[in-house]
Amino acid sequence: MADNNTQEFKPFNVDLWKYDGKKGALIPLLQSAQDTYGYVSEKAIDYISHVTGIASADIYGVVTFYAQFRTKPLGKNVIKICNGTACHVNGARPIYETIQDELDLTYEETSDDGLFSLLSVACIGCCSLAPVITINDETFGRLTPPKLRKVIRSFKRKAKELAKQESE
Amino acid sequence: MKTVKVGLGTCGISAGGEKVFRAFQDELKERPNSFVLQETGCIGMCYREVLVEVSNGSGEPYMYGEITPDRVGQMVEEDLIGGKIIEDWLVTGEGREVGFFENQTRIVLRNCGKIDPGSIEEYIERDGYKGLEKALKNMTPEDVIEQVEKSGLRGRGGGGFPTGMKWKFTRGAKGDKKYIICNADEGDPGAFMDRSVLESDPHSVLEGMAIAAYAIGSDESYIYCRAEYPKAIARLRQAIAQAKQKGFLGEKILGSDFNFTIKIKEGAGAFVCGEETALIHSIEGLRGMPRFRPPFPAISGLWEKPTNINNVETFANVPWIITNGGEAYAKYGTEDSKGTKVFAMAGKVKRTGLVEVPMGVTIKEVVFDICGGIIDDNELKAVQMGGPSGGCIPASMCDIPIDYQQINKTGAIMGSGGLIVMDSTTCMVDVARFFLTFTQEESCGKCTFCRIGTKRMLEILVRITMGEGTMADLDNLEELSGQIKNASLCGLGQTAPNPVLTTLKYFREEYVAHIEDKKCPAHECSALLTYTINDKCTGCVVCAKACPTEAITGEKKQLHTVHQDQCIKCGKCYTVCRFDAVEKV
Ligand SMILES: Cc1cc2nc3c(=O)[nH]c(=O)nc-3n(C[C@H](O)[C@H](O)[C@H](O)COP(=O)(O)O)c2cc1C
Ligand code: FES
Repeated sequence: MADNNTQEFKPFNVDLWKYDGKKGALIPLLQSAQDTYGYVSEKAIDYISHVTGIASADIYGVVTFYAQFRTKPLGKNVIKICNGTACHVNGARPIYETIQDELDLTYEETSDDGLFSLLSVACIGCCSLAPVITINDETFGRLTPPKLRKVIRSFKRKAKELAKQESE
Repeated sequence: MKTVKVGLGTCGISAGGEKVFRAFQDELKERPNSFVLQETGCIGMCYREVLVEVSNGSGEPYMYGEITPDRVGQMVEEDLIGGKIIEDWLVTGEGREVGFFENQTRIVLRNCGKIDPGSIEEYIERDGYKGLEKALKNMTPEDVIEQVEKSGLRGRGGGGFPTGMKWKFTRGAKGDKKYIICNADEGDPGAFMDRSVLESDPHSVLEGMAIAAYAIGSDESYIYCRAEYPKAIARLRQAIAQAKQKGFLGEKILGSDFNFTIKIKEGAGAFVCGEETALIHSIEGLRGMPRFRPPFPAISGLWEKPTNINNVETFANVPWIITNGGEAYAKYGTEDSKGTKVFAMAGKVKRTGLVEVPMGVTIKEVVFDICGGIIDDNELKAVQMGGPSGGCIPASMCDIPIDYQQINKTGAIMGSGGLIVMDSTTCMVDVARFFLTFTQEESCGKCTFCRIGTKRMLEILVRITMGEGTMADLDNLEELSGQIKNASLCGLGQTAPNPVLTTLKYFREEYVAHIEDKKCPAHECSALLTYTINDKCTGCVVCAKACPTEAITGEKKQLHTVHQDQCIKCGKCYTVCRFDAVEKV
């Protein structure tokens, strides 16, 4: 396995302990690549192909089959709208429309400035607070469009300030 | 000294449970040894999170609800140290939340919210691993299977296949290497029973799996858990390590010749991977597409070896059955369906959360006696059971007992246990559209009818919700449904039309109202609503600016109006208004 070619991938930091040389290791390897880099890059696919001997095309097929894997990086703030049944019944749609309006984002999109990404998830497990969204690790429940607008604006402000500080 | 238990299931955490826990920790630092702090899993009353249980060694423990970090100080002061119960915050006790726990029978949830899921000692204290010990020391594998058959337990993952029979098949299958798989993929977007069990009582699932492995003759297993359940995965990892250390997993378990290991595989987000053959492909590292059965996994499953797949809840029942005997379990339930079933209650019901009832109680009893009825005391319109594979049961039929056969007769299915309650504000066409959107996205694409047929059905449903449907669309929906059911390989396609078929059957007049009268009786489909502005309007002009057709006019700081002839019903004014001044009727 560890031939000269490996050098080329040296900086690539995928958790190889998850690879025990057995069949069935592909998905854990991809998960570890995504955990490390936030997405599965072309380079990661080539590397995993190199280590496991599975053709890159086959790996790409697996990556695109599962909703979990992304082939592009996410924005700094990740907003997830719950589209589970309870949230749907309790009004997830106006929530989506509000976010779309505030940030000009649709599902699976990242804003051009790289500050926000919008994802859809099924039940995040607090149906009693429906409708619910999460931003990064924080949960916001019992939302109405006006309440949500305030939340989003405060995140926008924070993100802008941070970006400003960084550029200074 | 009093003991405080904070409910830290996912529901508790999302309601701020960890902040409450930290607040207690801070109090403890200031006043060392003034009380004992513990965490526990999902207590089941998700509607009153964050929940905190207090016990003082003797007497019944009692529970506080809706605890926030700033309530913690007062609680420590007055109750934990002062010894005075704060009546206003109590959720249990006289006159409060009557019926929620009293009307339940908890077998699967026997330890949920009672024990610290991170402590194997607490599980053992409550008869944990007794079932495994009994099986290994006093029973042959055949005895174990016999007890499970006697219990009448049927698979809780949705299909309802008799568990004892499945074990018998796998035991009888040719091959020296056999696998056990625990299906923890829980794909129904409105269900969280399996997650709560894994988070709150992981050892009961591990013990169930070990007993199954002994019965079948397997020494290796996988838990396939969806990656969206990080807490469940963490608790499982911890539990597996503890069980190994105590000798309940590993080699020569409890001094016998029985060896058994459990590995965790994280799913990667595909609903179809809950289907057993797709799940096996996914563990093998492939695209999770189902294949034709037979051969069933019991004959040829993981790596082409005989494999027994059961659901989380199915396994969690097993230790109780072995400890108490199959007959004790079969005492609960109906002729056709034995034992208990856990339901995840959500939607327009007052008390949402986890509920476990004996089979045979009626749907109405669950909704009203246990869950307190409908929000705002509205009228019950329907319940949805079985998620994307199930259907809507109208209120008029909710007197039927919960039983596999009876529920199938309505066109819905028992499913894995998601139970969504709907009232007059829920549009049934929109519900059908919601589930079709889900199945259409999740179809793996292998079968043409499932891939394209669901798409065509969805297009029709969207059209109807936009007020652009025709009566011929209803016939097309029915025809497509039949074709998709017949021409799909796996359960996903075979059941995908169910939400549409049941709503068409019981709520046809709502479809007709959308098509002929261009009205949504539940006021949900925005294209069919009339937008008006009420006197909460402050004249901030935001809606007028947002309106793409300039249908809203008004002076600054004056009440605005919507000109209906220009309005295209996009709903933009409704979402931009910060004062709740735009109304949909
Ligand atoms: C599309 C589809 C999704 C499924 N999802 C799940 C699931 O999330 N969890 C589950 O336990 N079973 C699920 N099943 C059922 C499994 O295929 C299988 O019948 C079950 O895991 C067997 O366990 P049981 O006999 O204990 O119910 C699904 C089936 C289909 C067709
Ligand atoms: S459906 Fe949104 S949290 Fe459960």
